[in-house]
Amino acid sequence: MSTKRLGNQTVKLQNPPNIVSSAAIVGPKEGKGPLRLFFDNILEDEMWGEKSWEKAESKLIRETFALILKKANKSAGQIDYVISGDLLNQCIAANFGLRESEVPFFGVYGACSTMAESMSIGSMLVDGGFAEHVVCITSSHFCSAEKQFRFPLELGTQRPPTAQWTVTGSGGVLLSAKGNGPYITHITTGKIVDKGIKDANNMGAAMAPAAVDTIVTHFRDTGFSPDRYDLIVTGDLGAVGKEICAELVQEQGYNISSVYNDCGLMIYDRERQDTHAGGSGCGCSATVFASFIIKKLMEGSLKNVLFVATGALMSPTSTQQGESIPSIAHAVSISTVLQ
Amino acid sequence: MRKTMTDKEYQNYVEKKSPNSNIVRNVIRAFIVGGLICIVGQFITNALRMRGYDQEKVAGVTSLLMILMGALFTGLNLYDDLGRFAGAGSIVPITGFANSIVSPAMEFKSEGYVMGVGGRMFVIAGPVLVYGISASIVAGIVYFLLR
Repeated sequence: MSTKRLGNQTVKLQNPPNIVSSAAIVGPKEGKGPLRLFFDNILEDEMWGEKSWEKAESKLIRETFALILKKANKSAGQIDYVISGDLLNQCIAANFGLRESEVPFFGVYGACSTMAESMSIGSMLVDGGFAEHVVCITSSHFCSAEKQFRFPLELGTQRPPTAQWTVTGSGGVLLSAKGNGPYITHITTGKIVDKGIKDANNMGAAMAPAAVDTIVTHFRDTGFSPDRYDLIVTGDLGAVGKEICAELVQEQGYNISSVYNDCGLMIYDRERQDTHAGGSGCGCSATVFASFIIKKLMEGSLKNVLFVATGALMSPTSTQQGESIPSIAHAVSISTVLQ
Repeated sequence: MRKTMTDKEYQNYVEKKSPNSNIVRNVIRAFIVGGLICIVGQFITNALRMRGYDQEKVAGVTSLLMILMGALFTGLNLYDDLGRFAGAGSIVPITGFANSIVSPAMEFKSEGYVMGVGGRMFVIAGPVLVYGISASIVAGIVYFLLR
């Protein structure tokens, strides 16, 4: 019988891991957004001196990994595991970006929920005493994602207002057994939820029920109420999904609206940057979390954060075969103090 | 308090929550840009005809020049911006057809000239060609039988 489990889907970490270092590198468009002052590095162009978008995305992961270690004054040899994944087929950004790292590697795929998924697994490894230092890192790239999931970049098409813009960027954190916080205290692992939405141009609406399920389950499992948190942040629901999520969580008896935000709405100025419903992609939640949210936690202006990264688990093949979009959301609860 | 929605209820709810495209604005933009592209074509046609070319040659050369321009503006990274503004206005004319072939050719160049450019060039225009040619064959057979 496990002693660390709360309710059906939540784990309470008895030796809460510390987030000791983080880094976020973004593309030029994100670098013109409202969070530009919080990123470690902003690329001048999306190719970053490479020959393909995919190579550029691998470089994003490689450089972010190096930056996380540098900021923590650690060498790769001191890292017990790196847990990483991305949106590309067979996770090539992570696999190629980390192939020279010489660190034991777990590849994960949770679509845009990958950041919270890798942090969940990493935290359990540290809490369980299986690792001292774990790096969790993910990326997405607008151009490589468009190429794989949509149309060629130069094709003259219009997007519907519910469409979202894939973030170019990579973000990651270093979790350590020792440190002074912020601490990862609880993990609520999401179930796959599918409400039958088929429109790949409305992923916020497809993913919102998964976020609702995970957030409500988190409150039920832990007994927490929304006012425990000064920020509940979903990964990339965008404008449409965020509104749906807030309303449906409210219907279940929890009012989160005063502390609720979405990384997809934080990273861009939607009107000025023409990103329709907002940002998306693994890099969306990863870069916002690893820059803005971590800095606010370190400063102390945020004390308790529930980070709920959301992922749409479809592929271009499943979409062409007329399948709906299964979705997932993983929640990680972070606190600056231990109770 | 409603506990859970059925899938159907949720889909209807999403339908209400999701903003629709601004059809009036999109139609006006498509009309203006599509019209302008046609005016350019007409201008070329008239200019050629004034030089004394016959009708059949003029039609062919006009199409070729429009395709050249569509391909050129795609290569200059301008046609996608035009398409974002104009929608169907820049997709429907023959310049849009050129764009649909040149853009994947550019995109997949990183996979090489054979499997990348060659293999993927018709990934968007392919269905148009397949069903366009098929339809013209059917029309040809019908014409042959009724003649």
